[in-house]
Amino acid sequence: MTTVLALLAGLLFGVGLIAGGMTDPAKVQGFLDLFGAWDPSLAFVMGGAIAIGVFAFAAAKRRSVAWSGAPIELPAATGIDARLIGGGLLFGIGWGLAGLCPGPALVALGSGFAPTLLFVPAMLAGMLLHDRVWRRFDGP
Amino acid sequence: MNIAWDSFTPWSSLAGGVLIGLASALYLLGSGRVAGISGIIGGTLQSVFAAPAAGRDAARLAFVAGLLAAPWLWRLVAPPPVASSDTGAVMLVVAGVLVGFGTRLGGGCTSGHGVCGLSRLSLRSLVNVLAFMCAGVAAVFVVRHLA
Repeated sequence: MTTVLALLAGLLFGVGLIAGGMTDPAKVQGFLDLFGAWDPSLAFVMGGAIAIGVFAFAAAKRRSVAWSGAPIELPAATGIDARLIGGGLLFGIGWGLAGLCPGPALVALGSGFAPTLLFVPAMLAGMLLHDRVWRRFDGP
Repeated sequence: MNIAWDSFTPWSSLAGGVLIGLASALYLLGSGRVAGISGIIGGTLQSVFAAPAAGRDAARLAFVAGLLAAPWLWRLVAPPPVASSDTGAVMLVVAGVLVGFGTRLGGGCTSGHGVCGLSRLSLRSLVNVLAFMCAGVAAVFVVRHLA
Protein backbone atom coordinates (compact mmCIF):
# COMPACT_ATOMS: atom_id res chain seq x y z
CA MET A 1 0.00 0.00 0.00
CA THR A 2 2.83 2.32 0.97
CA THR A 3 4.55 1.41 -2.28
CA VAL A 4 1.51 1.93 -4.52
CA LEU A 5 0.81 5.32 -2.95
CA ALA A 6 4.47 6.25 -3.37
CA LEU A 7 4.33 5.36 -7.08
CA LEU A 8 1.20 7.46 -7.54
CA ALA A 9 2.81 10.31 -5.64
CA GLY A 10 5.89 10.13 -7.87
CA LEU A 11 3.76 10.17 -11.02
CA LEU A 12 1.70 13.12 -9.80
CA PHE A 13 4.84 14.96 -8.68
CA GLY A 14 6.46 14.40 -12.07
CA VAL A 15 3.40 15.60 -13.96
CA GLY A 16 3.34 18.68 -11.73
CA LEU A 17 6.99 19.40 -12.49
CA ILE A 18 6.32 19.15 -16.23
CA ALA A 19 3.21 21.36 -16.05
CA GLY A 20 5.04 23.90 -13.94
CA GLY A 21 7.94 24.17 -16.37
CA MET A 22 10.57 22.88 -13.97
CA THR A 23 11.81 20.30 -16.49
CA ASP A 24 12.76 23.03 -18.96
CA PRO A 25 16.21 24.44 -18.12
CA ALA A 26 15.46 27.56 -20.19
CA LYS A 27 12.41 28.25 -18.00
CA VAL A 28 14.36 27.68 -14.76
CA GLN A 29 17.18 29.95 -15.88
CA GLY A 30 14.60 32.52 -16.94
CA PHE A 31 13.36 32.54 -13.33
CA LEU A 32 16.91 32.92 -12.03
CA ASP A 33 17.71 35.69 -14.54
CA LEU A 34 16.57 38.27 -12.04
CA PHE A 35 18.73 41.01 -13.53
CA GLY A 36 17.87 40.17 -17.13
CA ALA A 37 14.58 39.14 -18.70
CA TRP A 38 12.91 37.78 -15.56
CA ASP A 39 10.27 35.07 -15.86
CA PRO A 40 8.50 34.80 -12.46
CA SER A 41 6.67 31.57 -13.38
CA LEU A 42 8.59 29.29 -11.01
CA ALA A 43 7.56 31.45 -8.06
CA PHE A 44 4.01 30.41 -8.92
CA VAL A 45 5.06 26.75 -8.94
CA MET A 46 6.58 27.11 -5.49
CA GLY A 47 3.65 29.18 -4.25
CA GLY A 48 1.08 26.70 -5.51
CA ALA A 49 2.94 23.80 -3.94
CA ILE A 50 3.38 25.49 -0.57
CA ALA A 51 -0.26 26.57 -0.50
CA ILE A 52 -1.19 22.88 -0.48
CA GLY A 53 1.81 21.80 1.54
CA VAL A 54 1.01 23.98 4.51
CA PHE A 55 -2.26 22.11 5.05
CA ALA A 56 -0.67 18.72 4.46
CA PHE A 57 2.08 19.27 7.00
CA ALA A 58 -0.32 20.73 9.53
CA ALA A 59 -2.43 17.58 9.17
CA ALA A 60 0.66 15.37 9.43
CA LYS A 61 1.69 16.96 12.72
CA ARG A 62 -1.52 15.74 14.30
CA ARG A 63 -0.92 12.13 13.24
CA SER A 64 1.79 9.59 13.88
CA VAL A 65 0.72 7.06 11.23
CA ALA A 66 0.07 7.44 7.51
CA TRP A 67 -2.96 5.99 5.67
CA SER A 68 -0.89 2.96 4.69
CA GLY A 69 -0.08 2.26 8.31
CA ALA A 70 3.54 3.35 7.93
CA PRO A 71 4.86 5.78 10.57
CA ILE A 72 5.04 9.43 9.54
CA GLU A 73 8.69 10.44 9.47
CA LEU A 74 9.44 14.15 9.65
CA PRO A 75 12.97 15.61 9.61
CA ALA A 76 14.22 16.34 13.11
CA ALA A 77 17.35 18.41 12.41
CA THR A 78 17.39 21.84 14.01
CA GLY A 79 20.81 23.47 13.58
CA ILE A 80 21.64 26.19 11.09
CA ASP A 81 25.25 25.58 10.21
CA ALA A 82 27.88 25.91 7.51
CA ARG A 83 26.75 22.66 5.88
CA LEU A 84 23.19 23.90 5.48
CA ILE A 85 24.30 27.20 3.97
CA GLY A 86 27.30 25.87 2.05
CA GLY A 87 25.26 23.03 0.66
CA GLY A 88 22.60 25.46 -0.46
CA LEU A 89 25.16 27.68 -2.18
CA LEU A 90 26.80 24.78 -4.04
CA PHE A 91 23.45 23.34 -5.07
CA GLY A 92 22.26 26.76 -6.20
CA ILE A 93 25.31 27.31 -8.39
CA GLY A 94 24.80 23.95 -10.07
CA TRP A 95 21.10 24.63 -10.49
CA GLY A 96 21.82 27.98 -12.10
CA LEU A 97 24.49 26.59 -14.42
CA ALA A 98 22.36 23.73 -15.77
CA GLY A 99 18.82 24.82 -15.00
CA LEU A 100 18.20 21.38 -13.53
CA CYS A 101 17.67 20.11 -10.00
CA PRO A 102 17.21 16.51 -8.83
CA GLY A 103 13.48 15.92 -9.37
CA PRO A 104 13.14 17.58 -12.77
CA ALA A 105 16.38 15.95 -13.89
CA LEU A 106 14.90 12.49 -13.32
CA VAL A 107 11.64 13.38 -15.04
CA ALA A 108 13.56 14.83 -17.98
CA LEU A 109 15.73 11.69 -18.07
CA GLY A 110 12.52 9.68 -18.32
CA SER A 111 11.49 11.72 -21.33
CA GLY A 112 14.87 11.28 -23.02
CA PHE A 113 16.11 14.85 -22.68
CA ALA A 114 19.76 14.57 -23.80
CA PRO A 115 21.49 16.90 -21.31
CA THR A 116 20.31 14.68 -18.45
CA LEU A 117 22.46 11.85 -19.82
CA LEU A 118 25.44 13.87 -18.58
CA PHE A 119 23.80 15.72 -15.69
CA VAL A 120 22.19 12.78 -13.86
CA PRO A 121 25.26 10.51 -13.63
CA ALA A 122 27.29 13.55 -12.55
CA MET A 123 24.65 14.32 -9.90
CA LEU A 124 24.78 10.75 -8.60
CA ALA A 125 28.58 10.98 -8.53
CA GLY A 126 28.34 14.23 -6.57
CA MET A 127 26.00 12.60 -4.07
CA LEU A 128 28.36 9.68 -3.64
CA LEU A 129 31.30 12.06 -3.32
CA HIS A 130 29.52 13.65 -0.38
CA ASP A 131 28.10 10.54 1.24
CA ARG A 132 31.07 8.22 0.81
CA VAL A 133 34.08 10.55 0.78
CA TRP A 134 33.34 13.96 2.29
CA ARG A 135 31.41 12.56 5.22
CA ARG A 136 34.47 10.59 6.34
CA PHE A 137 36.55 13.71 6.78
CA ASP A 138 33.84 16.12 7.78
CA GLY A 139 33.40 16.73 11.53
CA PRO A 140 30.53 15.41 13.65
CA MET B 1 13.41 44.77 -13.39
CA ASN B 2 12.53 43.56 -16.86
CA ILE B 3 9.72 40.99 -16.82
CA ALA B 4 9.67 38.44 -19.63
CA TRP B 5 5.93 38.66 -20.29
CA ASP B 6 6.19 36.43 -23.38
CA SER B 7 7.53 33.54 -21.30
CA PHE B 8 5.42 34.09 -18.18
CA THR B 9 2.99 31.20 -17.66
CA PRO B 10 1.20 31.95 -14.37
CA TRP B 11 -1.67 29.48 -14.73
CA SER B 12 0.15 26.37 -15.88
CA SER B 13 2.90 27.05 -13.35
CA LEU B 14 0.36 27.48 -10.56
CA ALA B 15 -1.39 24.29 -11.66
CA GLY B 16 1.94 22.47 -11.72
CA GLY B 17 2.69 23.74 -8.24
CA VAL B 18 -0.67 22.57 -6.92
CA LEU B 19 -0.02 19.10 -8.36
CA ILE B 20 3.40 19.05 -6.72
CA GLY B 21 1.79 20.05 -3.43
CA LEU B 22 -0.86 17.34 -3.76
CA ALA B 23 1.79 14.75 -4.61
CA SER B 24 3.83 15.78 -1.57
CA ALA B 25 0.68 15.55 0.55
CA LEU B 26 -0.03 12.08 -0.82
CA TYR B 27 3.52 10.89 -0.12
CA LEU B 28 3.34 12.36 3.38
CA LEU B 29 -0.14 11.34 4.50
CA GLY B 30 -0.26 8.17 2.41
CA SER B 31 3.23 6.76 2.84
CA GLY B 32 4.51 8.83 5.77
CA ARG B 33 7.52 10.29 3.97
CA VAL B 34 8.74 13.76 3.04
CA ALA B 35 8.96 14.34 -0.72
CA GLY B 36 12.50 15.65 -0.72
CA ILE B 37 13.87 14.40 -4.01
CA SER B 38 17.56 14.71 -3.21
CA GLY B 39 16.95 12.66 -0.07
CA ILE B 40 14.95 10.07 -1.95
CA ILE B 41 17.62 9.70 -4.64
CA GLY B 42 20.50 9.90 -2.15
CA GLY B 43 18.89 7.38 0.15
CA THR B 44 18.30 4.99 -2.74
CA LEU B 45 21.95 5.38 -3.73
CA GLN B 46 23.08 4.71 -0.17
CA SER B 47 21.08 1.51 -0.02
CA VAL B 48 22.99 0.18 -3.02
CA PHE B 49 26.03 0.03 -0.76
CA ALA B 50 24.49 -0.72 2.61
CA ALA B 51 21.87 -3.11 3.96
CA PRO B 52 18.53 -1.47 3.17
CA ALA B 53 15.45 -1.50 5.36
CA ALA B 54 13.21 -3.17 2.77
CA GLY B 55 10.04 -1.18 3.33
CA ARG B 56 11.73 2.18 3.03
CA ASP B 57 13.45 1.34 -0.18
CA ALA B 58 10.35 0.05 -1.88
CA ALA B 59 8.61 3.36 -1.25
CA ARG B 60 11.61 5.36 -2.45
CA LEU B 61 12.09 3.24 -5.55
CA ALA B 62 8.38 3.49 -6.32
CA PHE B 63 8.49 7.29 -6.05
CA VAL B 64 11.53 7.46 -8.34
CA ALA B 65 9.81 5.11 -10.79
CA GLY B 66 6.84 7.45 -10.76
CA LEU B 67 9.05 10.44 -11.60
CA LEU B 68 10.72 8.61 -14.47
CA ALA B 69 7.39 7.42 -15.86
CA ALA B 70 5.63 10.79 -15.56
CA PRO B 71 6.55 11.92 -19.11
CA TRP B 72 4.82 8.83 -20.51
CA LEU B 73 1.67 9.68 -18.62
CA TRP B 74 1.92 13.29 -19.78
CA ARG B 75 2.23 12.26 -23.41
CA LEU B 76 -0.99 10.28 -23.24
CA VAL B 77 -2.94 13.50 -22.83
CA ALA B 78 -0.73 16.34 -24.05
CA PRO B 79 2.03 17.15 -26.55
CA PRO B 80 5.59 16.43 -25.40
CA PRO B 81 6.82 19.12 -23.00
CA VAL B 82 9.18 21.82 -24.25
CA ALA B 83 12.71 21.64 -22.90
CA SER B 84 15.77 23.44 -24.10
CA SER B 85 19.26 23.84 -22.75
CA ASP B 86 22.27 25.77 -23.97
CA THR B 87 24.62 24.41 -21.31
CA GLY B 88 27.76 22.77 -22.67
CA ALA B 89 28.80 19.22 -21.85
CA VAL B 90 31.56 20.08 -19.38
CA MET B 91 29.33 22.57 -17.61
CA LEU B 92 26.56 19.97 -17.35
CA VAL B 93 28.91 17.61 -15.57
CA VAL B 94 30.23 20.32 -13.25
CA ALA B 95 26.68 21.44 -12.51
CA GLY B 96 25.58 17.87 -11.85
CA VAL B 97 28.35 17.27 -9.35
CA LEU B 98 27.57 20.56 -7.59
CA VAL B 99 23.87 19.71 -7.40
CA GLY B 100 24.54 16.21 -6.12
CA PHE B 101 27.11 17.25 -3.54
CA GLY B 102 25.32 20.42 -2.48
CA THR B 103 21.91 18.83 -1.98
CA ARG B 104 23.39 16.11 0.21
CA LEU B 105 25.52 18.58 2.17
CA GLY B 106 22.63 20.95 2.71
CA GLY B 107 20.14 18.19 3.39
CA GLY B 108 17.66 19.03 0.65
CA CYS B 109 16.75 20.85 -2.53
CA THR B 110 13.84 22.77 -4.11
CA SER B 111 11.39 20.03 -3.10
CA GLY B 112 12.79 19.04 0.27
CA HIS B 113 13.65 22.44 1.68
CA GLY B 114 11.73 24.59 -0.77
CA VAL B 115 8.31 22.95 -0.82
CA CYS B 116 8.26 20.70 2.23
CA GLY B 117 10.51 22.71 4.52
CA LEU B 118 8.76 26.01 3.87
CA SER B 119 5.34 24.31 4.19
CA ARG B 120 6.41 23.22 7.68
CA LEU B 121 7.51 26.81 8.37
CA SER B 122 11.06 25.61 8.96
CA LEU B 123 13.62 28.36 9.54
CA ARG B 124 16.42 25.95 8.57
CA SER B 125 14.78 25.36 5.23
CA LEU B 126 14.27 29.07 4.67
CA VAL B 127 18.00 29.63 5.20
CA ASN B 128 18.88 26.87 2.71
CA VAL B 129 16.32 28.15 0.19
CA LEU B 130 17.68 31.71 0.40
CA ALA B 131 21.19 30.33 -0.09
CA PHE B 132 20.36 28.33 -3.19
CA MET B 133 18.18 31.03 -4.68
CA CYS B 134 20.93 33.65 -4.29
CA ALA B 135 23.53 31.25 -5.67
CA GLY B 136 21.29 30.35 -8.60
CA VAL B 137 20.66 33.97 -9.46
CA ALA B 138 24.40 34.70 -9.18
CA ALA B 139 25.32 31.76 -11.42
CA VAL B 140 22.85 32.76 -14.12
CA PHE B 141 23.99 36.38 -13.87
CA VAL B 142 27.60 35.36 -14.45
CA VAL B 143 26.75 33.03 -17.32
CA ARG B 144 24.30 35.34 -19.08
CA HIS B 145 25.63 38.79 -18.35
CA LEU B 146 29.31 38.55 -17.49
CA ALA B 147 30.75 35.63 -19.45
